[in-house]
Amino acid sequence: MSIALEHINYVYSPGTAYEKQALKDVCLEIPQGQFVGIIGHTGSGKSTLIQHLNGLTRATSGRILYEGKDIYEEGFDMRWLRSQVGLVFQYPEHQLFEVDVLSDVCFGPKNQGLSQEECEERAKEALELGGFPEKYYRQSPFELSGGQKRRVAIAGVLAMRPKVLVLDEPTAGLDPKGRDEILDQVERLHKETGMTVILVSHSMEDVARYVERIIVMNRGEKMLDGTPREVFRHYKELEKVGLAAPQVTYVMHDLKERGFDLSPDATTIEEAADEIMRSLS
Amino acid sequence: MEMIHAEKLIYEYDKRDEEGNVIGTNRAIDGVDIDIPQGSFVAVLGHNGSGKSTLAKHMNAILVPTGGTMWVDGRDTKDPAELWNVRQTAGMVFQNPDNQIIGTVVEEDVGFGPENLGVPTDEIWKRVEDSLRSVGMIEYRKASPNKLSGGQKQRVAIAGVIAMEPKCIVLDEPTAMLDPNGRKEVIRAVEKLRKEKKVTVILITHYMEEVIDADQVFVMDGGHIVMHGTPREIFSRVEELKSYRMDVPQVTMLAEELRRRGLDIPRGILRREELVEALCRLR
Repeated sequence: MSIALEHINYVYSPGTAYEKQALKDVCLEIPQGQFVGIIGHTGSGKSTLIQHLNGLTRATSGRILYEGKDIYEEGFDMRWLRSQVGLVFQYPEHQLFEVDVLSDVCFGPKNQGLSQEECEERAKEALELGGFPEKYYRQSPFELSGGQKRRVAIAGVLAMRPKVLVLDEPTAGLDPKGRDEILDQVERLHKETGMTVILVSHSMEDVARYVERIIVMNRGEKMLDGTPREVFRHYKELEKVGLAAPQVTYVMHDLKERGFDLSPDATTIEEAADEIMRSLS
Repeated sequence: MEMIHAEKLIYEYDKRDEEGNVIGTNRAIDGVDIDIPQGSFVAVLGHNGSGKSTLAKHMNAILVPTGGTMWVDGRDTKDPAELWNVRQTAGMVFQNPDNQIIGTVVEEDVGFGPENLGVPTDEIWKRVEDSLRSVGMIEYRKASPNKLSGGQKQRVAIAGVIAMEPKCIVLDEPTAMLDPNGRKEVIRAVEKLRKEKKVTVILITHYMEEVIDADQVFVMDGGHIVMHGTPREIFSRVEELKSYRMDVPQVTMLAEELRRRGLDIPRGILRREELVEALCRLR
């Protein structure tokens, strides 16, 4: 029960003047139930990478195994894969189109050939999982706030009951509370359903707070792969590729330089506070 | 001298049903008084739907108030005869760089504004060069905008506004779609403009870290200004800010957490050096 990428290469417009290698020999395995963050600057290949996970983009070379099955093998059911691996794009609310919230969320399961009743049941379940209030089910999705619209769009993917949920910058453009609400909801979802969650984010603070494993992409290659502590230990290398560590990590390094006896690896406020208190006592 | 001055500003718009019939009015801005001195750096915070973008749009007369008055550099934005003067005084930069760039070559895009103002050709080129230099994009002058990163595109958009030589620049979430490096590039470019060109800067953002250098911070909620002060004053009021769906910089949050655990650390710490100094004193 996992996704495995073996030596994945992806080349855009091969044989033309615009030829560009977007992914270079990427190998990784994501076991079922993991909460993974992917970070990297714009153009590092992270979006291309996640589009491979449900077969939306086909690798130029290499193999992808979903639950041990080669997705490029003839006869492999891509539709099934896409119902297993749900992809939530950036600004997913731009894809809302139905007259009311419930119908919009029903669209996915309807395409899977389920009956109206089953669709609605799934849609309600998904909206509930997404923390969307029931009183707005019959409202036009266009009259909702930015954060609510995004919940509806995420529910649209959840309604297909995927085993893997991939979110491409789900908090872009939301206010701080809206960001926390969406990510708290995703975390709850991950805990309650055991779903694999892959979160693409530009916020180092968010990634450090929620995920158990971080994959760093740079120029189409996997540059680092480890726990937040392990990855942010390389903050100087991260800066060179346009990334950074969470602010608190910098505070810890500054303190260590000033002679504090502490481990500078903290990546969240809690961890940093614990470590500072310990060193002062 | 006030660059922006508003008194009892109100903006209402009609709410319509599916057939387009008016079913009521919404008040997006409700009695706002604001004063922004020339040359200052002002940040506006507020959750999605708090009215901050609507307020920004009043600053270059994309919207005109339905009640009260907005003056930009002493000009009433309601006066149709002043419209172009107002727009020339206050330039605007929006969230999505792709919606603001029209040229196929960077320098042409930047020259588009002054050309429309009827600036002589020699002067246009001078301004293009000058403004690209000030945002650190001069080496990309011959590049195609669609080959640039988000942060670079946004800096080109800022250069395009600067080339019109506004006295004031209003940035509506200019970094919302950028990666950390892109955000840094844009904020640095804005910082430089303030210092070198003495442009008044009004920055609307959801990123708390971007406002710590502001002279004043306004927080909006429900069309009102609910908090106003220096960054230090504003970020000392953590609970109140959270009640308006805002946050504080992570360093401020860590300082707050350490205070809660009994350490003697002052309120309103904004920068990591300040926190490090405060902790060194406790040793």
